[in-house]
Amino acid sequence: MIATALTDLWYGFGVALEPHNIMWCFIGVFVGNMVGVLPGMGPLATISILLPLTFGIHPVGAILMLAGVMYGAQYGGAICSILLNLPCHPPHAVTCLDGFPMTKQGKGGVALGLTVFASFVGASWGITEMIFLAPVLVEVALQFGPAEVCSLMLLGLLAGSTLARGSPLKGVAMTVLGLMLGIVGTDLETGAERFTFGMTHLDDGIELIALALGLFGIAEFMNSVNQVASINTAYVNVRLRDMWPTRAEFKQSIAPMFRGTAIGSLCALIPGTGPTIASFVAYATEKKISKHPEKFGTGLIEGVVCPEASTHSSVQGDFIPTMSLGIPGDAVMALLLGALMIQGIVPGPQLIKEHPDIFWGLVASFWIGNILLVLLNVPLIGIWVKLLTIPYKYLYPSALFFVCIGVYAANNDMFQVGETIVIGILGYILLRLDFHPAPILLGFVLGPRFEENFRRAMLISRGDIAVFVERPISAIFIALCVILIGGQLYVRMRAAKRARAEKRAALATPGPGVTPSSPVTLDQSVSGAAKAEAEARAHSRLLAIRAPSASAENFAQITFGCTSVL
Amino acid sequence: MRPATKTAELNKQWEEILRAVRDRILALGKVLVRKRDFYAGGLLILFGPVMALKGPSYRLGTLMHMGPGFMPTALGIILVCLGVIIAGSAAGLPEGEGEGILPEHPEWWGWGCILAGPLCFILFGSYGGMIPAVFSCVFVSALGDRTATLKSAAILAAVVTVFGVGLFSYILQIPMPILEWRGL
Repeated sequence: MIATALTDLWYGFGVALEPHNIMWCFIGVFVGNMVGVLPGMGPLATISILLPLTFGIHPVGAILMLAGVMYGAQYGGAICSILLNLPCHPPHAVTCLDGFPMTKQGKGGVALGLTVFASFVGASWGITEMIFLAPVLVEVALQFGPAEVCSLMLLGLLAGSTLARGSPLKGVAMTVLGLMLGIVGTDLETGAERFTFGMTHLDDGIELIALALGLFGIAEFMNSVNQVASINTAYVNVRLRDMWPTRAEFKQSIAPMFRGTAIGSLCALIPGTGPTIASFVAYATEKKISKHPEKFGTGLIEGVVCPEASTHSSVQGDFIPTMSLGIPGDAVMALLLGALMIQGIVPGPQLIKEHPDIFWGLVASFWIGNILLVLLNVPLIGIWVKLLTIPYKYLYPSALFFVCIGVYAANNDMFQVGETIVIGILGYILLRLDFHPAPILLGFVLGPRFEENFRRAMLISRGDIAVFVERPISAIFIALCVILIGGQLYVRMRAAKRARAEKRAALATPGPGVTPSSPVTLDQSVSGAAKAEAEARAHSRLLAIRAPSASAENFAQITFGCTSVL
Repeated sequence: MRPATKTAELNKQWEEILRAVRDRILALGKVLVRKRDFYAGGLLILFGPVMALKGPSYRLGTLMHMGPGFMPTALGIILVCLGVIIAGSAAGLPEGEGEGILPEHPEWWGWGCILAGPLCFILFGSYGGMIPAVFSCVFVSALGDRTATLKSAAILAAVVTVFGVGLFSYILQIPMPILEWRGL
């Protein structure tokens, strides 16, 4: 099995090293890194804005470029969070905690250098995992009937919406909304036009680009306009020379790097737990096993490399279910999968067999791209740092133009620009009501396939809904769904109980001197991280991503709850 | 005691209970109208019936042979249930938490400019071609920033227009006329 995997990988390198493919990979990585550095632009916005540019490219080149954009933006986000204390992308929120203090001490360059290295280590492990696990998963997945696919999708949707940021209930509501938006258009089986309201433009359904750019473009711009305080650029003078760590610093960060990698790859295996949770868990674990946990938050290199390694390892790991099962774990993966579907490629277990050039080329390009990123980030750090100082007032009008022309160019249709505006307004209202729009995309991409498989499963079982628990593999997925929801409820109740007990204790022991002392648990150290994150946010006053500390605390607790239940 | 007074007393008791219930509901309502989650749930409850009631008009079908209306109806019902739970959970929040839908400093001008930008793009793009579309889109949306002046917005718009038309029209060859009057 190893031999076949290696031969396939060799073939993949052959595909990825073709001159035009390597060019697309390079362009993707470069642009992604550049846009990711810009404050207030996360991978989601970056990929959606660049998505229309890939329509003219061959599918292999397009997916290589988009994947490159994605992990390039991840690298860029780390720079932004370490030097400016601005978490442009949620997984990097934890990196700010120790990264920015290091910058204040004049060690920002070292933090960046080690981050680049840790990311490379994490990503390499994630890729290795993908090489060996994906073909195995495909073998299993090829035996799935519609019932299994359907319950697997249900699990993916539930995990993606409840384990993400914010309230789980609202996450599920957003997924349902996404499924509904996916229904708009002509029904595949009967040809009935659903929810088009007489508009022929909507016959083909809502355009993925219009949805993504409305939610992550226009709505985000509305959210951040005039909200971004002037950026503190006092510490951004980093030169190439500053990036080399000393031998002691390198030694200090080696072990946390591998621990972070391991945690990230574990998190990638649980569907729905993306890089954000991986980085939180990694930071909390590192703090717990450290000999001097009190020093965390004052600029400790372990607190930077561990979450960064775990983020990158889990990002690469997230590609496994996306490419081998066709089930994306989060909105970024949903967008990539949507891009493949636009290119006319059907996602699912048959993808690796039918399009080996895409899968193995992608795997090989990960390595090439990551090496390119290391090479890019080291000498170009001076330019990236200059980019950090671009004010938002120049950024968003230009980005808005990219949004308009991108949506137009997708189908040469002005109607879709209008669609984007409407979705943008809806997205902003949802943001204001504390909904996170990412699960909408997940539901939207999976929706049509979910409906199709559900119908087929019902047809085969002659309308017997019990088929989902009668077939063993499907039953396992359903059981996992139940455990997921049960775990959430359990953690909720425990947290409420504890809050009540603390309230009672506070009432029973009046006076500021007596505070109820409780042992520092993993949950609490995470909630400490969440609080610190909120402080960092209040400090930077960047509202581009709104993660109330309560929600961060909540999803970290849920993860621990789930793992303890499992 | 005469029966008449007894009934009067009973009536009085009933009135008191009813008043208490009404006060309770009014107080709850007062709490709820300020909560963000109440409106969040409300929005879902609005969306749900649109789907659930329109769904059956596409033919529901049976569980074995599902029609195109089955899924929308089911999703609509789920959404209404979720909306009720979310709106209801707002009542449990303590005073002063999770309130206010608008941000502290509403940016009506900024929001308007951001939405007006793409609208200008549609308008000028349909009748004038790419140059006026790009220029107007960037110009109008740039005005949304508080520190922007007419001059700074115009300069930014000009720069983006030159760059954008060069990239999209000449390099990527988007089929959109550069400058053309199509008439109204």
